[in-house]
Amino acid sequence: MFGPNLFTNYGEAVSVILFVIGFSNLLLQKNLIKKIIGLNIMDTAVYLFLAEKGYIRDRVAPIVVDGIQEVEAYINPVPSGLVLTGIVVSVSVTAIMLSLTIRLYRRYHTLDLDEISMLLKKEGR
Amino acid sequence: MKKDSAFSRWFYGERDTLLDRVEMKPQTGHAPRAGEIRELMEERRLIREHIYDVEDNQKLKLFHRLYQVAAVVFCATLMLIMLVAVSWLPENGNPDNPVNNEVSARYIENGLQETGAVNIVTGMILDYRAFDTFGESNVLFISTVTVLILLHNKKKKETGAEDVAGGRANTAEKSRKSAGPAEKSGSIYEENLILQKIAGILVPIIVIFGVYVILNGHLSPGGGFSGGAIIGAGLILYQNAFGFEKTERFFTEKTYKWICFFALTFYCLAKSYSFFTGANHLESGIPLGKPGAILSSGLILPLNICVGLVVACTMYTFFAMFRKGDF
Amino acid sequence: MNILTYILLGFLVICAISVTFSKKLLNSVLIFMSYSLVMSIIWMMLESPDLAITEAAVGAGVTSVLFFVTLRKIHAMGEEDVDDEER
Repeated sequence: MFGPNLFTNYGEAVSVILFVIGFSNLLLQKNLIKKIIGLNIMDTAVYLFLAEKGYIRDRVAPIVVDGIQEVEAYINPVPSGLVLTGIVVSVSVTAIMLSLTIRLYRRYHTLDLDEISMLLKKEGR
Repeated sequence: MKKDSAFSRWFYGERDTLLDRVEMKPQTGHAPRAGEIRELMEERRLIREHIYDVEDNQKLKLFHRLYQVAAVVFCATLMLIMLVAVSWLPENGNPDNPVNNEVSARYIENGLQETGAVNIVTGMILDYRAFDTFGESNVLFISTVTVLILLHNKKKKETGAEDVAGGRANTAEKSRKSAGPAEKSGSIYEENLILQKIAGILVPIIVIFGVYVILNGHLSPGGGFSGGAIIGAGLILYQNAFGFEKTERFFTEKTYKWICFFALTFYCLAKSYSFFTGANHLESGIPLGKPGAILSSGLILPLNICVGLVVACTMYTFFAMFRKGDF
Repeated sequence: MNILTYILLGFLVICAISVTFSKKLLNSVLIFMSYSLVMSIIWMMLESPDLAITEAAVGAGVTSVLFFVTLRKIHAMGEEDVDDEER
């Protein structure tokens, strides 16, 4: 079942494990703040996976030094650019979710999703 | 432009022009009395008992147990599937992987000549994929607007009917107290001499470092996003040490509006120009300069500055909204 | 170099698990902050300094500050802070 490269690809394996941990946080936790932290962990796990894909052994970061422009000198710059935009979007998503959490807390004085749904049912919505 | 036209009124935020015409009423929040809070607490206790009462709620408890088991099984299966997939992926760090195809080769081989940026990643995200970065700056701006809608507290000086809207957010008694004068002036930190002294030393260094990171975005690691975040963090530290009175002297709602407006507009216009002229191998008239100098690489430096301004203002606005609900 | 990578990746997994099981919200936010910092070190070792500097400023800095302010707003940062706000 398992292929030959599970232990050479340890970085990708760890990022997959982190993704699943974040996802289980999202499913199992009742607290909204912990759910948001779980979503952030999923984000960083995906970015770690992309960065591992762009890494090439014994090469340096894609900043041109001394005019050397061979492909053999630098790592793959494409995943770095993708992740760079992703990180900043993730912080804005986090800010929106936290502000929604604050509004929910002001309205219902709790962070537990079960209690919030019970209160909603009681209000008849 | 006429001073009293609908657009200018909307732009200067004097009055909501759609307030009477469209069917839209300001949200009157729920402001409980003192007794009501006790009632709410009692209700919550009752609901909690209702939820977690094992005797009466066998079904709910069974559902929760089933849900947890199903979630754990699902996560384990997902992890197994993805680990198997990872184990069949090509070896990490191998130069012959299919990821390292002609796209990255072209970026590395021709990036310096075509964009003039020494840092290939910056050249990529601000020249080849500049509209992607523009969309991302707009994402930041839109998320700031959303946070403003959700958390904005109107100032008390607008009396009358808007006062109700101003107090709408303060539901609990505690938060109503906290919006009082003590919170407004940020005087909680007034006596904290250690924080003030340290911040007085650190804030200029942090801001200068952020400016350095922005200005050297095309020469070294960094760029608009990271430098802007560093400047925003410096502003947050400054506010925490000296309170809102000091920051309001240079950063208000108007500052944020104008900075974001000019930065995004400049970005859009400049990049549209270079796209329509430069992308078809026509002469765009923007010199690329000597690689390695600060004033080089064409439009990348001004675009970096624009992105940095937007990010810095966004970070500080997030913090101010979360902290006080106002600038 | 390799051993350091193993240690840091293991630290990441431990951090992610302990976020799940920590009782206090403040502790889990602090753990998440250290998680972001270690993630930026790993990116430094994967030869992507752009990502490292951005994550160190955004993930470990601004996101954690936003979490702290949220915790303060929802009165989950302990008694002395609530008193501080009531003053």
